[in-house]
Amino acid sequence: MAVSDAGKLQLPENVVVSRLDSLANWCRKNSLWPMPFATACCGIELMATGASKHDLSRFGAEVFRFSPRQCDLMIVAGRVVMKMLPVLQRIWLQMHEPKWCISMGACASTGGVFDTYAVVQGIDRFIPVDMYVPGCPPRPEQLIQAIIDLQDKIQREGTITGREFETAGRQARKRALVEIADPLSIDASRNPVLQRELAAGSGSPAGRS
Amino acid sequence: MPSTPPPVDDVLAALAEQFGDLPSSVFRGQTRVVVPESSSHEVLSLLKERGFDLLVDISCVDYLDYREPPMEMAACAGHRYGLVYLLASTVTNQRLTIRVFVDDPEPTVQSVVSLWKAANWLEREVWDLFGICFAGHPDLRRLVMPEEFTAHPLRKDYPLQGRGERHNFPVITRHES
Repeated sequence: MAVSDAGKLQLPENVVVSRLDSLANWCRKNSLWPMPFATACCGIELMATGASKHDLSRFGAEVFRFSPRQCDLMIVAGRVVMKMLPVLQRIWLQMHEPKWCISMGACASTGGVFDTYAVVQGIDRFIPVDMYVPGCPPRPEQLIQAIIDLQDKIQREGTITGREFETAGRQARKRALVEIADPLSIDASRNPVLQRELAAGSGSPAGRS
Repeated sequence: MPSTPPPVDDVLAALAEQFGDLPSSVFRGQTRVVVPESSSHEVLSLLKERGFDLLVDISCVDYLDYREPPMEMAACAGHRYGLVYLLASTVTNQRLTIRVFVDDPEPTVQSVVSLWKAANWLEREVWDLFGICFAGHPDLRRLVMPEEFTAHPLRKDYPLQGRGERHNFPVITRHES
């Protein structure tokens, strides 16, 4: 390496100059290990995305693992019902930093057509989501696009030490696996729907009208 | 199993002999009998003895604000819940539907777990979704909804979108996960 007359860096062939932060992010984004949280028909498209025709391994994201301890990308594919949400949250808490989440399909993102008492109206109400994939179900190309977009996001955000992913509180919680609170203890103060019901006085149980 | 099950005239005669005239009707070759709640367990015991060894299903209908019932369904007029017992005989291939109507405030019917073991989970499901109490059931817990759930969601006066149960979870933010 030498400095030329004009003060420009002269590099030999096949040498690239970068920052270590970029290098770390480059490694992270090209070795995503998805956690397939597939609960419905989007899961079929998720499988198709990983299969030979669409071949997710072209983007370094083909290693589906069924243990959250080994994953850093949760793909929620399908509707999540209120009985499943505590499971989803627990698996999310068990995953190690750095981790990302893709909400795949209309149901995971908004509840879709299932606007009923049992279906959670969008997982982003309860866990953080990085990418939303529209569609019912989305085609594999759409999921691949989301992974490419997520890779761009990962390239922009991290550092080599990963300290932005590493708060002491987070790690302690993960080691101890603190259980989340009882999910169904009705708490009217943080529940606008329930407040409206109580205010309208229609919370009373059955009776012939 | 033939598409139209064999007639059940002999069974109806036996029922009439012991319980008097029970309203019955036939739809596409399948017979249904309406039984008062007070004698439902006796009727079902008799049917079990007469060879209806298979309890196919127990289901329920909430007739709240039901439109004018059709003629053959006149027995349901004024009642709220209609229980449906689907019985079959594996020996004679006969099939029979038993309807039992119950009402608020505490809809209760005798459990038939003592007759058919299959009734255990079927009755738990009806209890879970409609709130019909099955007296004498050995283990009447919710089957499909979470244990902490308080309502019976298939009742017609339960709002389709629930009473906020689906939004009642802790929120995990990016910072704390």
